[in-house]
Amino acid sequence: MYERKTNIIFDSWVMFKRCLFISLRNPEALLVATIVPFLLMFLFGTVFGNIANVGDMNYIDFIVPGIILQSLGQSSQYSAMNMTTDMTKGILDRFRTLSISKTAVLIGHTGAGVVRNSISTLIIIGTAFLLGFRPQGNFRDWLLVIGLLTIVNIAISLLAVMCGLLSKTVEGSSGLMLPLFILPFVSSGFVPVDSMDRGLKLFAEIQPMTPIIDSFRALTLGLPFGDSLWTALIWCVGIIIAAFTLSIQIYQRRIS
Amino acid sequence: MPKQHVSISVTELKKSYKNKEVLKNVSFSVPGGTIYALLGTNGAGKTTIVKILSTLLKPDGGSASIHGFDVVSQEREVRKLISLTGQFTAVDDVLTGRENLHLIGQLIRLPDVKRKTGEWLSFFDLEDAADRKVSTYSGGMRRRLDIAMSLMVHPQVLFLDEPTTGLDPQNRIAMWDFVKNLAKNGTTVFLTTQYLEEAESLADNVGILHKGEILAEGTPQYLKEILPKRGARLHFQNEENAAKAMELLSEHGILVDGMEPNLPSLEDVFLTLIDGNEEDNRHV
Repeated sequence: MYERKTNIIFDSWVMFKRCLFISLRNPEALLVATIVPFLLMFLFGTVFGNIANVGDMNYIDFIVPGIILQSLGQSSQYSAMNMTTDMTKGILDRFRTLSISKTAVLIGHTGAGVVRNSISTLIIIGTAFLLGFRPQGNFRDWLLVIGLLTIVNIAISLLAVMCGLLSKTVEGSSGLMLPLFILPFVSSGFVPVDSMDRGLKLFAEIQPMTPIIDSFRALTLGLPFGDSLWTALIWCVGIIIAAFTLSIQIYQRRIS
Repeated sequence: MPKQHVSISVTELKKSYKNKEVLKNVSFSVPGGTIYALLGTNGAGKTTIVKILSTLLKPDGGSASIHGFDVVSQEREVRKLISLTGQFTAVDDVLTGRENLHLIGQLIRLPDVKRKTGEWLSFFDLEDAADRKVSTYSGGMRRRLDIAMSLMVHPQVLFLDEPTTGLDPQNRIAMWDFVKNLAKNGTTVFLTTQYLEEAESLADNVGILHKGEILAEGTPQYLKEILPKRGARLHFQNEENAAKAMELLSEHGILVDGMEPNLPSLEDVFLTLIDGNEEDNRHV
């Protein structure tokens, strides 16, 4: 029993390094993970910053979490595509005949996605600072921010891996990720929820992006965050459990 | 060859995909340390057999075992004995050749992976390309890397699904030599092919698979003998001798149906020309 457990960890570690190589050597993926978040932050910060009305808040301060989630969704599509590529090429047969742990490939792609997305997040926060982002959170707040972002990141990367497993073609897998690109726009990420239509507002309030964005904002800007942090955590943990269990099942079904 | 224990044993194997019966009732066995070629056209069911034997696919009926271990109920034991080089090269395009080998070495927890990786690279003449991305490799190089990755685990039984498809004649012959050597050193090799001459020049035993059934099985020699007699052919050094022989024969009342000069095959021409010009002598 103990031996099998260490196998999973070791196999996953080897797979993680492999997936990271694959991910970081794809120039297109790297571009989407670095330049696109920078441009997104820059455009929203400068162009829209002048016309947007978010009350007494600085628009740069307001928009950082929305941009982060938006670009997490975008760069995660490469995790989905890499997963589909593995499923459709011969390499998976090789891994299977080598008797490596079944979940190692899934964990490897998720881990690589988390690392790549963390780079995007750092670039966004860096760009935001240059444009005038002035967070007021203390050390404990920042620890919570890092924890929250990591959990969100794992959840989104796992969803990407699941999309990759569901899709039969590489192109299709990034199509399945579309909801993840759109959800941040229909949340508190880019405009205050109160300024939305009733129907839209209702949707924005119940979907997971809003509590995540509200928590980030509250933690970095020293605002009260009420239940949002707990709601965000419950959403993320729920998504992680569901996506992981489903992914394993889909994987099993596709290889048998 | 002294090793005559049964390495692969297949009994009444059946497999269907949805309504299509791919394997009807396939039985054969392969002695250890020999080369078995499954000969058949596309869609005959060759890959299905390879997948079942290499534990990737479950049969619907019948049984198959490797060194006595059942491929379904004892897949862990089977996987320790086998290695598969499938039809689609199982290599990572964005990794280098060295990284590909290193990955497999790590996954099987090979001690001293770095040195072993170097050894396999030089054995397969991939040293110069070792640190280039595999996407820049030629078909032959990819195939060599693929097989190196399969051999890293020191398999007792090696499955090669159409190992020479897409290779040029030179690389194909190098591959044949290499496979023969493997078998000489005790590895059982099970390969599939669409090429008659490949089965003939390589295999100790050949199974002819057609529409999910083994039509005939045996040594290449045996398979040729079971066909009805098709006449005999005499060979002479040159056309003069042949003409003389024809005269002698007709004097004795034996009728010669015809005479044709012996031309080298295009493959002979190609290989003779290439060998004269080739500087980097590749072996598989």
